[in-house]
Amino acid sequence: MSTPTTDPTATPRTARSVLARVGSLGPLLGLIAVALLATALNPDFASFANVSNVLTRAAFIGIIAVGATFVIISGGIDLSVGSLAALTAGTVILIMNALAPSLGSGVPTVMVGMLVALVVGALAGLAHGTLITRGRIEPFIVTLGTLGIFRAVLTYLSQGGSITLDLKLSDTYSPVYYGSVLGIPVPILVFVAVALLGGLVLNRTRYGRYVQAIGSNEQVARYAAIDVTRVKILTYVVQGVCVALATILYVPRLGSASPSTGLLWELEAIAAVIIGGTALRGGAGRVWGTVVGAVLLVTIENMLNLTNIISVYLNAAVQGVVIILVAFFQRGRR
Amino acid sequence: MRNDVHAAFREVGKRFGAVEVLRDVTFEIARGEVHALIGENGAGKSTLMKMLAGYHEPTTGHVEVDGQPVTLRSSRDAEALGVVLIHQEFNLAEDLTVAQNVFLGHEPGRGLVDDAEMVRRTREALALVDVRLDPRTRVRDLSVPQKQLVEIAKALSRRARLLVMDEPTASLTLSETRTLLDLIRRLRGEGVTVLYVSHKLEEVKAVADRVTVLRDGRLVTTRAAQDLSPHEMANLMVGRELTDMFPGKAEPGSEVALSVRDLDVPGFAGGVNFDVRRGEVLGFAGLVGAGRTEAFEGLLGLRRRSVGRVERDGRPVRIRSAGDAARHGVVYLSEDRKGKGLLVDMPLRPNLTLMTLERYARPLLDPRAEQRALERAAKEYGVRTGRLDVPASALSGGNQQKLVLGRILEVDPRVVILDEPTRGVDVGAKRDIYHLVHRLAAGGRAVVVISSEMPELLGLCHRILVMREGRVVGELSGDGLTEQDVIRLATGLTREEGASHVHTHH
Repeated sequence: MSTPTTDPTATPRTARSVLARVGSLGPLLGLIAVALLATALNPDFASFANVSNVLTRAAFIGIIAVGATFVIISGGIDLSVGSLAALTAGTVILIMNALAPSLGSGVPTVMVGMLVALVVGALAGLAHGTLITRGRIEPFIVTLGTLGIFRAVLTYLSQGGSITLDLKLSDTYSPVYYGSVLGIPVPILVFVAVALLGGLVLNRTRYGRYVQAIGSNEQVARYAAIDVTRVKILTYVVQGVCVALATILYVPRLGSASPSTGLLWELEAIAAVIIGGTALRGGAGRVWGTVVGAVLLVTIENMLNLTNIISVYLNAAVQGVVIILVAFFQRGRR
Repeated sequence: MRNDVHAAFREVGKRFGAVEVLRDVTFEIARGEVHALIGENGAGKSTLMKMLAGYHEPTTGHVEVDGQPVTLRSSRDAEALGVVLIHQEFNLAEDLTVAQNVFLGHEPGRGLVDDAEMVRRTREALALVDVRLDPRTRVRDLSVPQKQLVEIAKALSRRARLLVMDEPTASLTLSETRTLLDLIRRLRGEGVTVLYVSHKLEEVKAVADRVTVLRDGRLVTTRAAQDLSPHEMANLMVGRELTDMFPGKAEPGSEVALSVRDLDVPGFAGGVNFDVRRGEVLGFAGLVGAGRTEAFEGLLGLRRRSVGRVERDGRPVRIRSAGDAARHGVVYLSEDRKGKGLLVDMPLRPNLTLMTLERYARPLLDPRAEQRALERAAKEYGVRTGRLDVPASALSGGNQQKLVLGRILEVDPRVVILDEPTRGVDVGAKRDIYHLVHRLAAGGRAVVVISSEMPELLGLCHRILVMREGRVVGELSGDGLTEQDVIRLATGLTREEGASHVHTHH
């Protein structure tokens, strides 16, 4: 962006902006470093099968985290995503099982199930957004409340046990998780599509610009004739739909939903967003950073699994250290 | 002679990185004087005063206090020498009480805070600035002038002998300003030295003993205030003759562009009626708190309100949000630039195009088209900056204001409402903004200017409505307007005096 200039102040500023750019690439550099380290410790890490496994696992959190990027940039937070994933999974399985006798165990039933997931996710987001904007309740409080509600409803529906997908349905549904196109697993393809679309919406549409403006200063946005309420509600709907997409990919993996489905996903999603360089107080952020953050978190776990240097039981601790380190290097950048 | 110098700058220079903001500045502040420091934004006056208060250290030269060269590494160091800076945006914790603020960091008592002692001593400190206030009041519940007095009381309670005041009257009304200036004179009488930094040259003339002028980081002159008129001060600041501060007023049109009837904003304003014609500049005068800002925020649907009838170009319209208003060609510039106007952390480009993004969506936003718009707008509205890819916070106050003005004018509005358009803006940018208002009116737009600066209203407006306590109490127009006319209506002095007069006679 910088043009040649005779301004004597230009040189140090350019130097600083190079540093800033390197700093903003931090999460990517971190990911590359971890990947190199893992490959050095165990060459199996770089195998196609393992990388594909890592990315598939990253897809669930990653897709949810793309939605969370919008919510966090707008100055909000959604703590309920893990519970919503569990509730959506349970609802979808129950409905598909109920439909199977009349509609059959084929593609139509699965399609209805997917549609139900999207509707449940969107409605949950609509409810969050409405309570937060029109009800004027803090997003932290609203979604802390629904975090409990969603999981409790799922626990009630499953009577504390698990809700299992009918075996025949499971066969029809399984390609959504286990299938691949041109050798690339479906969840990775969906993840890439969601990330590309998310990046495009955030950076190149009016909605994306409004989300950033609202997160930067909501009053300014309101005075600049932006329909703040609508934009914010839509942000939570986007989050809900992202959770639904992740759940649609997740259901065929285990074919069941239980009270422990999606446990702590909200924290992993938020961690991915923050590692990616989005400011927790809103206003500025980026989708590609979130993608890197999600992949980095899974890569760390994978590395611990493949090597014996640190016990895999300490996975969460290592991830925690990484989160704090990233935050340390990014402090004061804005 | 030497003993009379309270503080001095000796060949002081300051660089931030490669940017030199001050060079070779030398002047003395005499004990017990009110010394004004004036200059345009970016002239270096805030850097200079921050050096004296311990927030910056000079790169070259040194600062002296009581005849001794000093190194001030923090505001605490300065405080220990009796030098306290009173910030323009107050340094008060809103949720703490007055007493807790006054003693913040210096709480009396060991282990447990001695509340009774704190309240007692706060009361004493408040008495010094002549304000009756319960020390247990939360700062959040104070008015702006009260907060200012609390700041001064806080400084005095810490045995400040040299007060550095940064734009102390920026958000005060005329009468509040007078009270503050009286207080400053009284403090001077008690031997307190004041370094007074302000844009308002009338005040400087009224209160200062001596004036130091800075321009582009260099000292221009230090002179006795009585030898300078405000006009001469402005010329010294800008370095050239500022003649046509206000352009001539063009004759307004006859068609009413915006007509408002029975506007009520509960708690702030009631029964507000007005018409503004095409090509007319309509002023709204009044004290801070008279309900002018609230009335217009209500009109735009930014506050709870009810309104009888609004007509645009003679057609009834419903405005329930700023979006509705913009669609009907009505835009509003907030008085609160940082809180409601500018996205300070975001670059200039999104700031400019925030209200006109649909123009650049085809359907994806075209950043290059936005960039071209920014380059054009920077020229058109006179936004002066070396680079266009900086965050808005990097601009001076005047350029920030022009950027926000650019945003609302990009909408191509027919009615432009400007609330304190030159607050915190230097003389040069003020002149630019006045000329822009003139151009808007000459182009057939209706302009409403809400302002607390009398010369601005008198110089710009064809007609002035005066508000007091939420009501429009009078209308003034014509060439023979004086500040006294406006002030009389705004304060309601004559009426009340007249009434009590009548009363005593009967």
